[in-house]
Amino acid sequence: MNNKTKVKVENLNCFYDDFQALKDINMEIKSKEITALIGPSGCGKSTFLRCLNRMNDLIEGARIEGIVCIDDYDIYQNGTDVVSLRKKVGMVFQQPNPFPKSIYDNIAYGPRIHGIKDRSRLNEIVEKSLKNSALWEEVKDRLDTSALDLSGGQQQRLCIARALAVEPDILLMDEPASALDPVATSRIEDLMKDLAENYTIVIVTHNMQQAARISDRTGFFLMGELIEFDRTETIFEKPAQQKTEDYITGRFG
Amino acid sequence: MNRFKEKMIRRFFQLNGLFVIFVLIGIFVLLIRNSYPAFREIGVWNFFSSAEWNPTSFTGPKYGILAQVYSSLIVTFGAMLIAVPLGVATAAYISEVAGPGVKNILKPTIEILAGIPSVVLGFMGIVVIGPLIARVFNLNQGLNAINGSILLGIMALPTITSLSEDAISAVAKKYKEASYGLGANRWQTLVSVVIPSALSGIIASIMLGMGRAIGETMAVLMATGNSPAMPENIFDSLRTMTATIAIELGEVPFNTTHYYALFAVGLILFIMTFLVNLVSDIILHKYQEVD
Repeated sequence: MNNKTKVKVENLNCFYDDFQALKDINMEIKSKEITALIGPSGCGKSTFLRCLNRMNDLIEGARIEGIVCIDDYDIYQNGTDVVSLRKKVGMVFQQPNPFPKSIYDNIAYGPRIHGIKDRSRLNEIVEKSLKNSALWEEVKDRLDTSALDLSGGQQQRLCIARALAVEPDILLMDEPASALDPVATSRIEDLMKDLAENYTIVIVTHNMQQAARISDRTGFFLMGELIEFDRTETIFEKPAQQKTEDYITGRFG
Repeated sequence: MNRFKEKMIRRFFQLNGLFVIFVLIGIFVLLIRNSYPAFREIGVWNFFSSAEWNPTSFTGPKYGILAQVYSSLIVTFGAMLIAVPLGVATAAYISEVAGPGVKNILKPTIEILAGIPSVVLGFMGIVVIGPLIARVFNLNQGLNAINGSILLGIMALPTITSLSEDAISAVAKKYKEASYGLGANRWQTLVSVVIPSALSGIIASIMLGMGRAIGETMAVLMATGNSPAMPENIFDSLRTMTATIAIELGEVPFNTTHYYALFAVGLILFIMTFLVNLVSDIILHKYQEVD
């Protein structure tokens, strides 16, 4: 197992106006592992995820304190190029959100905004991204049809392909399977395991079985605090904290 | 008792709705009945193919509406050239760039613009814009096509801005997030995702603005100089369909060919604005279904 640290979070606090959504979070995310974040609704796990690619910048009244280092670079220091940060840290959202464009244009969107215009180069990227997200076989004959005609599970894999097309190092996934049926969910999970060979994946999930099935490490959030963060087996078999055990055994949440 | 009351209330609203339809059909029937004699006496082909409109000539009155239709279209087109870029850009600015403070001032201000009476705008056309055009382009006077276009552009601007802003604001947040998440900046997101997603709403707003511009009478009547000849360029004086009706209908002898011909002009105008509104309605409808 590769144990190099990819993301290092120190004393991270996040506020939405007067509300403190994250309290003093410290966490080290390892390279090419799947890190799952679990916890009840409103516990701050999605907020935390959005701190890693500065998506919280888009929310009015959001304020962040602390350090988030990706590859030893603090992404909140002045002068950080948010565009290249988001290129490096891709994101997949809870609701599949393909653009109302063709399948091809969805994938090519990212490369295009980053300046790739050459058609054959774009073709290559589209094919490679769709293959990596296990969607190629299903859509290769209809790349110019609307992405909105795909099923929910296909749309989510398309969104993953779209994120892969800009060649990120890290993939953030915010409950990527919560809007999908069990079959589509298991496909996404298999896909994540494959992707973890090349990418560092951080996934927020409501589904504890999912976290147990796919992740290497799991963090348990509660009321904006990171209660416990450890190897997934440890969290699910012998957690150090009573609160973690209560949540995992279904006593609340 | 209660059920009876309920029934009466329903009837009342139903009647109100039907009344509007009756009025619309009534106007349409009236226009057709009064313009039919014109087509019979002048001939449909003559009416549409000739650019010469001279109903009071001694040697032989001419009833060709080509120059008027062309004038209406050219003034409207010019107005759209002004109002569409300005309106859509303002809409994009209000919904995507401006802070809440600016937005809360700007949007109502633009909507107030719609409330300025057209005669006041026409007055501005005569005393402000006309002399300005004459000076800038070194003309004898500034009552011409471009003056009318500017005024109509101002009049169509609130419709286009306000409705485009609604369409742009309605673009789902998830599309914007996806775009930002891929590293796009604001401008790229606006141009490649937000505006294409709002396009049908924007087009519908343009069509509605256009409908307003084609049908507008007072401002163009005051600002375009009203020469009934075919305009040769945008600095020519011209007379639109609406202006022709407004100028002549008050003085025309009842039940003459001239009288009917004016109704025929009105009918063509009605059909044109009706089509524009219909198209915008279809586009808007389609847009709502997609979202």
